Amino acid sequence: MTAQLPLPAPPVGGGCRAAPVLKERGQREVFCGLTGIIWLHRKMQDAFFLVVGSRTCAHLLQSAAGVMIFAEPRFGTAILEETDLAGLADAHKELDRVVAQLLARRPDIRQLFLVGSCPSEVIKIDLHRAAERLTIAHAPRVRVLNYSGSGIETTFTQGEDACLACMVPVLPETQARELLVVGALPDVVEDQMRALLAAMGVGPVRCLPAHRIDEETAIGPNTVFALTQPFLGDTHAALERRGARHLPAPFPFGEEGTTAWLAAIAREFGVSADTFAAVTDAPRARARKAIAQAAAALHGKTVFFFPDSQLEIPLARFLVRECGMTALEVGAPYIHDALVGPDLDLLPAGPVISEGQDVDKQLARARAARPDLTVCGLGLANPLEAEGLSTKWAIELVFTPVHFYEQAGDLAGLFSRPLRRKSLLKLEAAE
Amino acid sequence: MKLTVWTYEGPPHVGAMRVATAMKGLHYVLHAPQGDTYADLLFTMIERRNHRPPVTYTTFQARDLGADTALLFKEACRDAVERFAPQAIIVGASCTAELIQDDPAGLAETMGLSIPVIPLELPSYQRKENYGADETFLQIVRHLSRPQNRTARVTCNILGATALGFRHRDDVEEITGLLSDLGVEVNVVAPLGATPADIARLPAAHFNVLLYPETAEAAARWLEKTHGQPWTKTVPLGVGATRDFIAEVQAITGLAATADEGRLRQPWWSRSVDSTYLTGKRVFLFGDGTHVIAAARIARDEMGFEVAGLGCYNREMARPVRALAKAMGLEALITDDYLEVEAAIAALAPEMILGTQMERHIGKRLGIPCAVISAPVHVQDFPARYSPQMGFEGANVIFDTWIHPLVMGLEEHLLTMFRDDFEFHDEAGASHHGGSAPRRPAADVPRDISGQKMDAPEPAVVAVATADNIVWLGDAERELKKIPFFVRGKARRNTESYAAAKGLSQISIDTLYEAKAHYAR
Repeated sequence: MTAQLPLPAPPVGGGCRAAPVLKERGQREVFCGLTGIIWLHRKMQDAFFLVVGSRTCAHLLQSAAGVMIFAEPRFGTAILEETDLAGLADAHKELDRVVAQLLARRPDIRQLFLVGSCPSEVIKIDLHRAAERLTIAHAPRVRVLNYSGSGIETTFTQGEDACLACMVPVLPETQARELLVVGALPDVVEDQMRALLAAMGVGPVRCLPAHRIDEETAIGPNTVFALTQPFLGDTHAALERRGARHLPAPFPFGEEGTTAWLAAIAREFGVSADTFAAVTDAPRARARKAIAQAAAALHGKTVFFFPDSQLEIPLARFLVRECGMTALEVGAPYIHDALVGPDLDLLPAGPVISEGQDVDKQLARARAARPDLTVCGLGLANPLEAEGLSTKWAIELVFTPVHFYEQAGDLAGLFSRPLRRKSLLKLEAAE
Repeated sequence: MKLTVWTYEGPPHVGAMRVATAMKGLHYVLHAPQGDTYADLLFTMIERRNHRPPVTYTTFQARDLGADTALLFKEACRDAVERFAPQAIIVGASCTAELIQDDPAGLAETMGLSIPVIPLELPSYQRKENYGADETFLQIVRHLSRPQNRTARVTCNILGATALGFRHRDDVEEITGLLSDLGVEVNVVAPLGATPADIARLPAAHFNVLLYPETAEAAARWLEKTHGQPWTKTVPLGVGATRDFIAEVQAITGLAATADEGRLRQPWWSRSVDSTYLTGKRVFLFGDGTHVIAAARIARDEMGFEVAGLGCYNREMARPVRALAKAMGLEALITDDYLEVEAAIAALAPEMILGTQMERHIGKRLGIPCAVISAPVHVQDFPARYSPQMGFEGANVIFDTWIHPLVMGLEEHLLTMFRDDFEFHDEAGASHHGGSAPRRPAADVPRDISGQKMDAPEPAVVAVATADNIVWLGDAERELKKIPFFVRGKARRNTESYAAAKGLSQISIDTLYEAKAHYAR
């Protein structure tokens, strides 16, 4: 029966998994891992993220979030000052003081993440030790964990990976056969995903991260897990260390990706092809229709990805296979084959697959290729637009609900909007 | 270690970037880890710049730390000079690179580059963005300016305008026009739009016009000392200050030409009867020192407001801001702690805030209108239209900007008269603003004087004491609520101070109206 579950057809001319990778290093136009705090602190409603860093870290968080979007954010920075650099013992004492001050101000906080930064890593403040000490000091009300979001170790979305990975060792143990879905999803998307799985009879389903610390996310040898984001390499490894088993699949972007992702879970849980079809046929048809409408402007167009959020490979697969685009270059900050391998299998051979970045060289390639659409970070978008290239700024892909069937049309729309806009604006004289 | 939620200023290397990005033909090689490139988006997104900031980041990672980060710096430096062919480079370190002590200055000097290399020492753990800009511009001027004869005609340089500055683009244009009226030509505008070659020509001008002390006072002082150029001390923000500035320029140049006031509308707009409702409005001022000092004068002398409190976030300006506050009978708030500013505003309950984008959010939370007068900036502070703050057109713009958040005069009266109307009530906000006008719920839920909803049915006496242990009686509290919200804070404060001064322990309706009579103006 399970053999009849849908499997996406590999490309006729072969995929990109075996393609040579252009590895580059040089100036990188990407955020550091601290940026993940901007969405994680909304997702985990009882958590506070305290960056131990410099004024630059505080400025980054504020700038990347847009100045003061949120009334009072559940994140802050303990800014290192001259005196903290002089004596590390004092830095720990200072950190204890700042944490006490913070927790007194925010009695609603149940989990505190001490987030390492470039300066705290370089001067080697042991935040793990600090987290253990502070957990004891503030038990049982607050659990204190630590991870590094520093730019010398993490790239943009890797911050979420580091955060989730640091939670894995403290998750309770369970022997139950459960599905753990990993990756911070917008609430509306998470609910859709749960409804689809429930309708297939798959369960219980746990999510990491959970909204609150009290929810029953546990782990053990009978846990199988599915990733919703392609940047969760360390979390993947941490979960395997605790005996959980990964269900590799293309990522749930677009109709095809969502179907393949769900089918991998269905196969594991013995869902019949009939049940699968009964649950997914209607949303699949809706998704295809929505994509067709939104992607009309994308057909036959070329796309060039600068490395940014790590979503590049799955999104390129979506744009090429479901929106009729041609990928010229797909750049990712780093490529983790165990995670994005299934997407690389499906991405038709042809584009340059690049890992890392030397931004000026890559800009030269983009200028030479003249893509119809360039996906890049905020620092590059306006300069490229000014050169006449249409761009899609990549951070919007992380801040917008784009997973699963009901968002597939929106996802295509994110890419087609810059092209539609360009065709709408008419500023010349009528004659 | 200092717990920080939001910051008014970035780190000092961002100040250096503001100078480098403002200039042309200059490149900044910044020793920095991956991620510090976020600063590019400040310029490309907030300011909508159509080119990347001229900054090369070495982008070192953890694995490089054990190896040779110094080599990485030298490679980045060489590549940048080759690729961008700048006339000069500035080199420095961000906060993390400062810790690994590679000495970018020393490294760059050993490279034998054919262009000037200007080293920057910006202590990231002590100083902030404005210092970074000021110090960077000083170093550029020190290294590149050359002694030379003055120009034949009377000329000046305009100093201080940077990238990501609050209305710098338009201020420069406005002041250039004003100086032209005064018979003064502009020799160089810097940093904004200047090349290293232009910096070399700075000493040809007869004097310097310093528009933004925050970012160029050190350079102005150095040019005075080294090249004997006087500099203007008045920042032409507001009508009075612009007239003082004109007098100062005339005194320096000895020229008698005067400025065209034909387009100056602010004085009549402020005198016309429609503006009487502005009289005595209590305002709180916060921002960078320069803008706050200027805004205090405008608020008091040109708008007829009452300055209820003021302060600045840049400690470098603490002294003049404190002095001004003292002269106004106030105590200045010098802090870069956003939460302290919020607490001060909540305690003072002003009718309006003149602040930064941060205070705009505080105002939103506290229900107090706010106009933005100073950096830190936001995408909205870069309007497409011409919108200076300085000079006579700047005075017009400031008038419009400051009254926009307020409920207009006649509307204010109508709200006072018919404030119980379910559609047209004070909480709906000013009618010229978009957004939702929430319908008022059928019955007011009683609140204690701290604004908290009360659970129990309203008792005869509201047993909540003020800071002075004065109790508002229920009927007085109800009467207070009949006063529109935009003056309620003032009425509450006045009544409480009056009661405290009279030694009263309770506030009745009579106390409320006695206080009203006492403070009548």
